[in-house]
Amino acid sequence: MLNERTKAKLIEVVGSANFQDSSEARLVYSYDATPNFQSLPDAVIMPENKDQVKRILTICNEDHVPIVPRGSGTNLSAGTCPTQGGIVLTFNRMNKILEIDEENLTATVQPGVITLDLVNAVEAKGLFYPPDPSSMKISTIGGNINECSGGLRGLKYGVTKDYVLGLEVVLANGDCIKTGGKLAKDVAGYDLTNLFVGSEGTLGVVTEAILKLIPIPETKQTLLALFEDMDAAAKTVSAIIANKIIPATLEFLDQPTCEVVEDFAQVGLPTDVNAVLLIEQDGPPEVVTRDIEMISRICSEGNAVSVKVAASQAEAEALSTARRSALSALARMKPTTILEDATVPRSKISEMVKAINEIAVKYNVKICTFGHAGDGNLHPTCLTDARDEEELHRVEQAFEAIFHKAIELGGTITGEHGVGEMKAPYLALKMGGEGVAAMKAIKYALDPQGIMNPGKIFAKDTRKRVVVRS
Amino acid sequence: MTATKDIQQAFKERLDYDELMNCMRCGFCLPSCPTYGQTNQYEAASPRGRIALMKGVVDGLIEPDEAVEKQLNLCLGCRACEPVCPSGVKYGHLLEEARDIIQQKKRHKWPVKALRHMVFEQLFPHKERLKNVHSLLAFYQRSGLQKAVQKTNILNVLPGNLAQMEKTLPPVLTKKEMKKRPFLFEAEGTRERTVAFFTGCLMDTMFMETNNATIALLQKAGCKVVIPEVQTCCGALHAHGGEKDQAKKLAKQNIMAFESIQADDIVLNAGGCGALLVEYDHLLKEEPEWKERAAAFSAKVKDFSEILLQQQFVEKQKLSLPSQIITYQDSCHLRNVMKTSSAPRKLIQAINGTVFNEMENADHCCGSAGIYNLTEQEMSMQILDYKMEKVKEAHAHTIVTANPGCLIQMKLGVVREGVEESVRAVHLADLLLEAVESK
Repeated sequence: MLNERTKAKLIEVVGSANFQDSSEARLVYSYDATPNFQSLPDAVIMPENKDQVKRILTICNEDHVPIVPRGSGTNLSAGTCPTQGGIVLTFNRMNKILEIDEENLTATVQPGVITLDLVNAVEAKGLFYPPDPSSMKISTIGGNINECSGGLRGLKYGVTKDYVLGLEVVLANGDCIKTGGKLAKDVAGYDLTNLFVGSEGTLGVVTEAILKLIPIPETKQTLLALFEDMDAAAKTVSAIIANKIIPATLEFLDQPTCEVVEDFAQVGLPTDVNAVLLIEQDGPPEVVTRDIEMISRICSEGNAVSVKVAASQAEAEALSTARRSALSALARMKPTTILEDATVPRSKISEMVKAINEIAVKYNVKICTFGHAGDGNLHPTCLTDARDEEELHRVEQAFEAIFHKAIELGGTITGEHGVGEMKAPYLALKMGGEGVAAMKAIKYALDPQGIMNPGKIFAKDTRKRVVVRS
Repeated sequence: MTATKDIQQAFKERLDYDELMNCMRCGFCLPSCPTYGQTNQYEAASPRGRIALMKGVVDGLIEPDEAVEKQLNLCLGCRACEPVCPSGVKYGHLLEEARDIIQQKKRHKWPVKALRHMVFEQLFPHKERLKNVHSLLAFYQRSGLQKAVQKTNILNVLPGNLAQMEKTLPPVLTKKEMKKRPFLFEAEGTRERTVAFFTGCLMDTMFMETNNATIALLQKAGCKVVIPEVQTCCGALHAHGGEKDQAKKLAKQNIMAFESIQADDIVLNAGGCGALLVEYDHLLKEEPEWKERAAAFSAKVKDFSEILLQQQFVEKQKLSLPSQIITYQDSCHLRNVMKTSSAPRKLIQAINGTVFNEMENADHCCGSAGIYNLTEQEMSMQILDYKMEKVKEAHAHTIVTANPGCLIQMKLGVVREGVEESVRAVHLADLLLEAVESK
């Protein structure tokens, strides 16, 4: 628990209404969307401005109190689960869109802005903010920046880090720095902006962000291709890219995923084929039409049993909305749903899908796979029951095998969810010992007391594997 | 055992642990929750938070203290979180069970006990008594007493919004007028369907004219309407207020009453009641001798708007009204539990001469929620004020609702805004009959 002196100082900063340490408040900020991680913080604090954040961090630094910055708690790597106690610092009192600059094509926002609110605000002006995590209706920009969220449009447009031009960050010692700015070009020193994006709240608290906007694509078309054979679908993904087409979205869903998603969303997803590709292209009408025609042909040549272009905007919208619900819909099948985020080079998709299925058989676990096939980012999702310890152990083994395979194929342990605490034991697989040491050096330089979201990204030496921990 | 330990034990025994586990905390429910929105996105005031609290009690991580109880009470029970939940968590059932446990184990202070006893046991299950209350109200309104009282401003000493609420009361019928109504209404033209009408408590006393309008509409749509005499209160207030046993008793009474009539459908015009009626099978799931009968009953329950559409009412009748902008406030339970949201809108849009303007967040609860606007007045009014802003943005002259609680609440909203001259709140049935009659 916090000592009374620290508590009094924090209340002085934010007022008693914005500081909560009732057992109820501590419980509801003890988790995020990651299964099997829960840990009570000592308190929850809801600052309203940068100045309050500065004072809070100064106090925490002096008194050695861990701080966990948190948006809406939708992340899937236990990145915002306060596993070391301390204080959860929420963004939601800082939720203003400060400016949409149509001349420089930027938006300046506070971290608590809900992603969809920003998307709607910029689209009303004919502009486009492409990062679109499946949780965009709920997640905050601050959370997206901390985790470097991806989304369905990642293939053509990249992820959050590709749209952050500048940041205002309060460091662990209370100093406030500004990185980047409304600039198309800026090579002054180290690229701190990119360092902070995806740093999972371990280096500082983002209090403001300048985001890059682009003109909104003129049109969009959506296509659904069905395959009897999963391997054929995966090969088609590679074929599309090899034909030098970059669709905005190229999603892959296997049969069980389609079944549960359809059960929830009822948008006419087929449930009787083994693999579905959901493909979207946007841009000038003539380009979109040409690309969609060519994609249709490639799908047919790749043994698709059906290729269908969505008849209307509404139908297309319904399909991609349904896809966004895939993870949560899978939770209908079994009590515990553990989703992973293995990513491989696009050309290796078919090999990876095959390996995942073999691993599932080998460890006798149920794995459904969907994901952003176009950018090589797969979400093998294991359906299990946290109460079955024996099965959970096999799940852990299966995921470990999946990560090893991804690395072997030149991939990574996470494409868009971050490392958090869930994947901390695997970071060295990707980075090697020296890589991890370099990262730790940066962490130590900026946060010598280790108050910023401790326990995340870097595994404790004593525990190598913690996929699941209650 | 202390009350806290007692509650904790009952949570462990009675809350469906699989259902608690089914919530995978994705947060997709958060934007749909009115109290989450109104509390500056405070997690404890969200469905995900409330499920976590319930599970926290079961897991022994927290005690079911007053803070936990407060968050469970603050929930409107609008169930807007259910249709948007990809995992399909039955939040409403969890909440109902948790509230029932807390109510049963809790030692209420005597005034609360007395009030609950009066409302749940003495008043609502007895329609005759409700009618008596209303004949008093009728006397109050017609004798000139209401005008006299309003002039004195004496009502301002009443707590909260009761003074404003008093102004929203519709002119009610006298007991004699209420008694006059027959129990059988033949269809106009050829009879295509026989429906049994569920009258409800408030709907059949304070809003009896709306019930009469509904019956008239059903007749015009070719339905023979039968009113089973021995039906009683639906039990929704009880079920949601933590009085499950009483709710079950009422449910059985209703099932028996409607079994005696071989109707095609059981029709009603109150979303709040309907939502419990369609879940009688869930309510009685642990009583084998009732389960099947309840399921047969529930399968027949439909909102009148669905029946009107099905019976091609809009094709049969020409509907028109003087020029006005109309907006529709969803009844949460009608939308989220009975799954009726497009039928009322289609009916309104069929009225010639009017414009339908959908207001933003029409599917968000108005804050009425049973007796929530009395028990959680502050939050209720905060939600209502937000709702009235949306009405204003839609430039609506007429707010249509489909449930008595919502109707009273929206009327209160009109009074609070002081726009009685330019805006009215009306039940869909009354509006439709008006549209038929004014042709």
